[in-house]
Amino acid sequence: MNLEEYKGVYVYAQQVDGTLSGIAFELLGKAKDLASDLKTDVTAVLIGSDVKGLADELAAYGADKVIVVDDPELKDYRTEPYTHALASVINEYKPEIMLVGATAIGRDLGPRVSARVATGLTADCTQLEIGDFPLNPMPGKEQKHNQLLMTRPAFGGNTIATIACPDNRPQMATVRPGVMQKIDKIDGAKAEVIEYNPGFTPDNKYVEIIDIVKSVSETVDIMDAKILVSGGRGVGSPENFKLLEDLAEAIGGEVSCSRAVVDNGWKPKDLQVGQTGKTVRPQVYFAIGISGAIQHVAGMEESDLIIAINKDETAPIFEVADYGIVGDLNKILPQLTEQIKAAVAAKK
Amino acid sequence: MKIVVCVKQVPDTKGGVQFNPDGTLNRGAMLAIMNPDDKAGLEAALRLKDEYGAEVTVLTMGLPKATDVLREALAMGADKGILVTDRVLGGADTWATSSTIAAALKKLDYDLIITGRQAIDGDTAQVGPQISEHLDIPVISYAQDIKIDGDSVVVERQFEDRYHVLKAKMPCLITALSELNEPRYMTPGGIFDAVDAEITTWGRADLTELDDANIGLAGSPTKIAKASDKVRKGAGEVVTLDPEESVAYIMGKLTEKHII
Repeated sequence: MNLEEYKGVYVYAQQVDGTLSGIAFELLGKAKDLASDLKTDVTAVLIGSDVKGLADELAAYGADKVIVVDDPELKDYRTEPYTHALASVINEYKPEIMLVGATAIGRDLGPRVSARVATGLTADCTQLEIGDFPLNPMPGKEQKHNQLLMTRPAFGGNTIATIACPDNRPQMATVRPGVMQKIDKIDGAKAEVIEYNPGFTPDNKYVEIIDIVKSVSETVDIMDAKILVSGGRGVGSPENFKLLEDLAEAIGGEVSCSRAVVDNGWKPKDLQVGQTGKTVRPQVYFAIGISGAIQHVAGMEESDLIIAINKDETAPIFEVADYGIVGDLNKILPQLTEQIKAAVAAKK
Repeated sequence: MKIVVCVKQVPDTKGGVQFNPDGTLNRGAMLAIMNPDDKAGLEAALRLKDEYGAEVTVLTMGLPKATDVLREALAMGADKGILVTDRVLGGADTWATSSTIAAALKKLDYDLIITGRQAIDGDTAQVGPQISEHLDIPVISYAQDIKIDGDSVVVERQFEDRYHVLKAKMPCLITALSELNEPRYMTPGGIFDAVDAEITTWGRADLTELDDANIGLAGSPTKIAKASDKVRKGAGEVVTLDPEESVAYIMGKLTEKHII
């Protein structure tokens, strides 16, 4: 593998139903930083059916080039045709860095592609930078410059590891949604659009989609909410979530929840915060009746302000909360909601 | 039907993570368990065995003490256990791990391979899809329901806001979510038999379809530059007040921070 042939920072621009996912813009924002350090440019790889029209939107968020693979076989996500598309783009255009969102799609696509192109892949990164490997010079070992240093939590968020991929290209990473910042939209920006189609010939690896069942959720994506009122097992019942919904409505926030709540069938999966749910960083995170298992905390500890209410004074959530109240949510929440309503009304 | 379930022995992070006084992780104080997603995968295999009469083989790669999880699997109802262990395989990243496990799987007959979605220590969710690529078979990850339909599997595959019902021809690989099912307990008779059961052990020399360039630390494209304990934000104020005072306290903070 001639490492010198590999140039540019590439981003997999995930789209679902013809709409770009938020992670695509977050990755472009980070890719711009990395490309500026490496004095190179940013390329978005757009894969789907009838998706060419999305190229301008990618340009507006920082893509210098957009490689489009457009084919009816790519209408809905399936591992094999998408892997074939992305692996073919990598083999043809030889990126130095390939970033993929750590979504339910990206965490399937990333490893399959990395195995096909025989390179390293670092999972669920929360920090990416350009630096030296090894970090400090070591006798008898070449120190390589301009490497992608990929930092990620492991062990349920207890340890942080920084990983490099010094001898293989591209350097691939999946990146946690919600941790990188997109740039301000540049209206009217244009990217160079390159159409590339490696050809799709169904084989034994093509799975058949029999049905697509969308979960019906009226609420906005909790990752976009400024204020989250999040409930755990301690809320007690699905009916009791009404108290949280009332509070969320009064304060202009959304309701989210812990995994225990999803496992109990009280709330749908798309409201789950944590290691196997979503990473959120709202301005205010109310943790109500949430014990604060490490897997939950991993998804919300970057919130600006964390207010925890829990009956159990030994609950680990108090270790990350800015303000912790030991008390009964059933008694506190209704009064709090009333007072917030009154305060909001007084302001008008 | 022949099913191979790949399981990993991991330290238990669920029952509370143990820290040393200096804030580092106290691994010695945590139990070694079968990875929860893998256990759900094993349970799924055992249910297919109950329904269709499959032969279930469990395979793990690890230190010799990883036979504990194989015996646990046998006590739950698996038919055979295989341990892949060799000092030269240590320090592997997901590429080297998946290459090694794929080489072991190539020695076996299988219709279905089941792995967990991810292990709770590495948290990468890469090994399952990478094994499928090395074996050149279809993969369905994030399975929340598995059924057999003739020579195919029909699987509900979870995404953030939807699920797909997918059909794949066997042989294929499925990665299981712990939400898939409630794993059964070991039976007393099963435990008794499992203690004496013969475990097949394979070392490097047994894996003929494996290239030395793809094993262990040296065969891992990714290298750890540094690892450290996470710096925690630290606790804020914790107060115990009656409900009225609690409300006043929260209102005070929300006003102070200009949230309301």
